[in-house]
Amino acid sequence: MPEAVLLGGEQTTTAVEWVVFIIAATTTLLGSFGVIMARNPVHAALSLVGSLFSVAVLFLNQGAEFLAAVQVIVYTGAIVILILFVLMLLGIDTEEDLEDEPLRGQMPVAVGIGVLLTASVFALTQLVGFDVVTGTPEVTAAIRDDMPNINQIGRLLFTDFVVATQLAGVMLTVAVVGAVVMARRPREYQPIPEPESMDAPLSLDPTDQGADNGAEVAD
Amino acid sequence: MLLNQFLLLGAVLFCIGVYGVLVRRNGVMVLMSIELILNAVNINLVAFGTHLQQATGQAFALFVIPIAAAEVAVGLAIVLMIYRNRRSIDVDSLDEMKG
Amino acid sequence: MSLLVTGSAIVAQQGDPLLFDVDLTAVGIVVGKVLVIFAFLLVATMFMVWFERKLISDMQNRIGPNLAGPFGILQTLADGIKFFFKEDLIPDRAQRRVFILAPFLSFVPAFLLFVVIPFGGDFNDGNAGVVTIFGRETFLQVADPPIGVLFILAMSSLAVYGAMLAGWSSGSKYPLLGSVRQSAQMISYEAAMGLAIIAVVVKTGSLSTHDIVVTQAGEGLGGILPNWGVLLTLGVPFVIFVIAATAELNRPPFDLVEAEQELVGGFHTEYSSIRFALFFLAEFMNTVTMSAIFVTLFLGGPAGPVLFGPGWLWGIIWFALKVFVFLFMFVWFRATLPRLRYDQLMDLGWKVLIPLSLGWILLLVALDLAQDQNWNLFAVGIGAAVVFFCAAMLLRAAVRSGQATRHTLEVPD
Repeated sequence: MPEAVLLGGEQTTTAVEWVVFIIAATTTLLGSFGVIMARNPVHAALSLVGSLFSVAVLFLNQGAEFLAAVQVIVYTGAIVILILFVLMLLGIDTEEDLEDEPLRGQMPVAVGIGVLLTASVFALTQLVGFDVVTGTPEVTAAIRDDMPNINQIGRLLFTDFVVATQLAGVMLTVAVVGAVVMARRPREYQPIPEPESMDAPLSLDPTDQGADNGAEVAD
Repeated sequence: MLLNQFLLLGAVLFCIGVYGVLVRRNGVMVLMSIELILNAVNINLVAFGTHLQQATGQAFALFVIPIAAAEVAVGLAIVLMIYRNRRSIDVDSLDEMKG
Repeated sequence: MSLLVTGSAIVAQQGDPLLFDVDLTAVGIVVGKVLVIFAFLLVATMFMVWFERKLISDMQNRIGPNLAGPFGILQTLADGIKFFFKEDLIPDRAQRRVFILAPFLSFVPAFLLFVVIPFGGDFNDGNAGVVTIFGRETFLQVADPPIGVLFILAMSSLAVYGAMLAGWSSGSKYPLLGSVRQSAQMISYEAAMGLAIIAVVVKTGSLSTHDIVVTQAGEGLGGILPNWGVLLTLGVPFVIFVIAATAELNRPPFDLVEAEQELVGGFHTEYSSIRFALFFLAEFMNTVTMSAIFVTLFLGGPAGPVLFGPGWLWGIIWFALKVFVFLFMFVWFRATLPRLRYDQLMDLGWKVLIPLSLGWILLLVALDLAQDQNWNLFAVGIGAAVVFFCAAMLLRAAVRSGQATRHTLEVPD
């Protein structure tokens, strides 16, 4: 059996793994920086897609191919689409002024502390060596080589974690019902929150909302 | 197998997510940052699962994903309500409840 | 991709035999397969554009394109050349980078999807579609990951981004409306599509597209009927999949994303020149790919009898023929069916397709269980029918009461 044993077997790291890890980790971090730095929410959502996709690649790298597929289907296929849908529906894809801080000096302090923490973690790895986490793999319930990992996960979900699986189902149902109830129009219908004209929420430019409306109606 | 590298990546991703939650004022952006945090958790779970050679880590991560989906669904509904009531989704302006 | 394939082959102790021992020949064969797929998809797309125009004009008593080449078959090429030399416009209010990126985002997933489709090979007599190229045994399929079906779902969910971002980045209201419609439509129909696929997965017992085809190539009911997915799942998931896939492809009657009468050109209103051509090609390429998925999941893929000559060639011929049937079906839909209204589209997705596909999965599993436990199949069938009827009545009552409350909420104006 070749070296690239994904689960179980020898704990070796192949060159391919390293290369994939470095590339995917870089894009993950770039994407996540994009999420918090982008001024336009839609650009941020796109960065999020990039980041989550790279995480899926990292899962593949760890041999969790089922999880990688689920990650792509659920996150990029549903969650981010939903986010984009709300952004576009409400027309809130306006740029945010990141310079304007509610708490003065909050951002530099946050960046400072963040860099300090990251540096300390790196320092730790430098001091103790890169293998901080050690520990012997469990032998009894080891991942089996003769079964694809989908089967193993499925077996776990419907034996050891069967209660948790059903709870997850209940939670999803509750979330769906809750979301529908909340997003419904109120019982006493009040037209206040409605935009003055149809094109107001669709406007891409925050500055022209007021002025544009009159012009559009005149047209 | 790579383990510590994955944990480090997870930690950094978590911090980026927390920063996003604290700094961004757009409600949707806060939700996106929470997704980053949950993903950091998932990276750790999968890495440990692989290290300990158990599928349990992946099964746990599989529970995190529906939680993320539920969180986004409810969160977006809340954002929709806020927008309906205030015509803005700036979460910093939601301070009526402060004493 | 290569990593994924390597992993799968080793963990599962199955999959493409080519990848158990990777050397230069193996790499060469993989590259060759990729090139063949690429060329096949491009040619098939060009053919599909011509075929659709020609067939629709036949159905409408017109002649259709007939000047470029024999039967006008080179019309697509001529159009492509024309598009290439048109002026490329980017609107002032467009988000430049996203605007440029969007056409590629709808193009690439169509190619990637085809990677997991088995397109040839002899599946008779337990052959499992293994062919020998340059002394190496392999499948006629670029990759056979153990999660092939999930890969299909993942890629088709990625394909949404192209149209969505195109509409948003145009900085114009009709394309934006198209995008909003697109995202809502996608989310609604992807669930139904996934559930229809799960029915096939439950019956064939594998997520690998190759294994699914192998199962379907086996002996069917009574030794006469083929063991195809459409029969295994008793038909209904196939119908659901047809409807959901047509909606996913934004083809008529579900083409609300680009409804000309309502939205000008829909999401690609602002696109011109080669960028528009990319969208145009991507749409047809997605149609071809989706037909291939149909064939793989429900019609036994390349499996079919070998009449004479080499078996692998017959695999390719059967595959092409079956794909052609679905291409014809899509064109037929377009020529005959009127477009749905948007609320009808949403109602169909959420209130009919999703409950039906969920119920059908339960039914299939119940029948499987009954067979396992030696229960009376007939009794189980009757019980299932009763449960189905009650559930349908409940759902109907719920929808009715929902509509009633919605009517009281509406403002009279």
